[in-house]
Amino acid sequence: MIELLNVTKTYNAGKQSEFTALKGIDLAFDANRVIVLKGPSGSGKTSLLSIVGCMARPTSGRVRIDGRELTSLPERFLSEVRRSSFGFVFQSYHLIKGMTVLENVMIPAYPIGVKRRLLKERAMALLEKLQIASKAVQDVQTLSGGEQQRVAIARALINSPAFIIADEPTAHLDTDLARELMAILADLHAEGRTILIASHDSLVFESEIVDQVVELRDGRVVGHC
Amino acid sequence: MKWVERQRYFVDFTLSSLGRRKGKNASLLLVYTLIVFLVSSVMFFSSALRKEALTLLDEAPEMIVQRTLAGRHELVPLRYAKEIRGIRGVRSVEARLWGYYYHPASRSNYTVMAREPFEHGDDEAVVGDGVLRTWGTSSGNQLTLRSHSGEAIVLKIAETFSASSDLVASDLILISETAFRRLTGLPEDFATDLVVVVRNPAECQTIAEKINRMLPDTRPILREEILRTYASLFDWRSGYVIVLLSGAVLAFFIFAWDKATGLSAEERAEIGILKALGWDTSDILGMKFWEGCVVSLIGFLAGTILAYLHVFFAPAPLFAHALKGWAILYPTFELNPSVDLYQIGILFFLTVFPYAFVTMIPAWRVAITDPDEVMR
Amino acid sequence: MPLVRKSDLWLALVGASAAVLLLLLLAHPAFVAKRLREKQQERKGLVRELQLTDLCLFTEASYTRHPTQADLHTPFQDHPMSLEHFPSGSVVMPPHFPGS
Repeated sequence: MIELLNVTKTYNAGKQSEFTALKGIDLAFDANRVIVLKGPSGSGKTSLLSIVGCMARPTSGRVRIDGRELTSLPERFLSEVRRSSFGFVFQSYHLIKGMTVLENVMIPAYPIGVKRRLLKERAMALLEKLQIASKAVQDVQTLSGGEQQRVAIARALINSPAFIIADEPTAHLDTDLARELMAILADLHAEGRTILIASHDSLVFESEIVDQVVELRDGRVVGHC
Repeated sequence: MKWVERQRYFVDFTLSSLGRRKGKNASLLLVYTLIVFLVSSVMFFSSALRKEALTLLDEAPEMIVQRTLAGRHELVPLRYAKEIRGIRGVRSVEARLWGYYYHPASRSNYTVMAREPFEHGDDEAVVGDGVLRTWGTSSGNQLTLRSHSGEAIVLKIAETFSASSDLVASDLILISETAFRRLTGLPEDFATDLVVVVRNPAECQTIAEKINRMLPDTRPILREEILRTYASLFDWRSGYVIVLLSGAVLAFFIFAWDKATGLSAEERAEIGILKALGWDTSDILGMKFWEGCVVSLIGFLAGTILAYLHVFFAPAPLFAHALKGWAILYPTFELNPSVDLYQIGILFFLTVFPYAFVTMIPAWRVAITDPDEVMR
Repeated sequence: MPLVRKSDLWLALVGASAAVLLLLLLAHPAFVAKRLREKQQERKGLVRELQLTDLCLFTEASYTRHPTQADLHTPFQDHPMSLEHFPSGSVVMPPHFPGS
């Protein structure tokens, strides 16, 4: 269960470009749900995802996961939580260019020091599940957009995280691929994970697999359903 | 074991990362290797030559007495020898006759020495290999010299010093005393300098002082001073070594500076991604450290191996040119491989780790920032 | 799919190079010692017999050929401030005089 209590996020505090992305957010998400953050660009969806996923600290307010306070954790522990509990799928995928698909998938697990053979098996299993095992030794930039996204998803799953966070996952996909994506997310949900998606695509927030939709506008929650 | 596995993963990552720009990183490695090669070569060469000099010159005369006139080296009258023999503790005093001969045809300077007893005739000479190589006459077995009075003196080469003695005798022309005086015009009751042998080596210094007091225009030169001169000649602090090294050191600093002045936007973005994926600051820095070490370790090993082969197998063809200067005559010699492990250790710590740290530093600031920048 | 681990390749290279270096540094001297020592003995004998004081390295000038015998003034020739004539002269220091 994720809890956000009066979370505020301000960027460039004190400077001319000061900008408050989130203003006093109070939210709670139950485990094993599919939640969509809906809203136009600039509404603070990405900032909210960053904070939930332990990639940024709120300027004020608290974040709790399963009752555990995250906001005051030192960086090393925060990284550990980020690594083991969260799997990110970025809007522009952010795969590391020049490296193979397999390597990209394994990278989040490098600091853990798992035996390479096991790690490789795990990675290959994920690639097979997402049906891109045949591209394992290719450099990532040679893949199509949809394939790259599946690599990104495999990478997000390598440490068996409880939470999957996806930022505008259907932004570069056509309708068919978008539906395929939702099916993949449905599978992951069925495995017992919590899925958090930010999207302004109706295909996403009107999908039947979604349990909860939170609407954001100008950094505030304006709707819940 | 997990720690070891982690480091291996960092090396994996870094090798893949460096492999994306093969050309650039290959030339980086090459430059690094070259610098280590130059510095190690100089180190090995000077150190080996120094050791050789000290070993050989340990056999040099205990004391040489020179006479000076107006601060310059002058001929010593033979009666000085008689006076020195009278000093208690002196075992023997012998005259040394030696000097230089400039041969215009080959534009080289040779050392001429007289030796008594001389096993060959007054018209014969024993010469070093370098003399043979450079004299340049077509008359085969003879050397024609011009005496002080303009007279032509023909010397038959009776014997040559072996090539392995080049380091001490390459430019030597050894003749009889009669031939020497005839060639140079050295007056009968004079010599170039005197060799003094003392009964008790511990008394050398005292006897040298006595000689100086008795004959104020003499300058005694002790064997220890000879050894000290050569010890400092090839010391890394000497001008010779510094001149050769300064170029290499300068290159290294330029090189390191270039690395230290920052990451490209691409590199920064990548560190952001890694952080977003769950790598913490120490992981990023660990990876960067290995990025430096991957290049510097190979560069160091390759450079040092090549330097060793260059100096002790080749031998040191690059330095031959530097040492030759204006001298036409350069001895051929094979150096005894003696390497100061301490020096290699210092070179290792001065190059491998600084390079690794220099690779780490620009990543520091990025490594400690929150990864949410990546999302923007 | 056989993927040789990159770090293994690199480690192997480092290991092999280190082994070669150690072999050169530690084993090579012993290997050539005998032959080179004989030659060195020959040189030592010559130094002793001919009463030599210097190595034949730089033959351009008297103070470079016999640095241990050079007086303080020859390197400066006519004038203490005069420029050096030979490249090696700038590199060969005058001998250290006791008490000076």
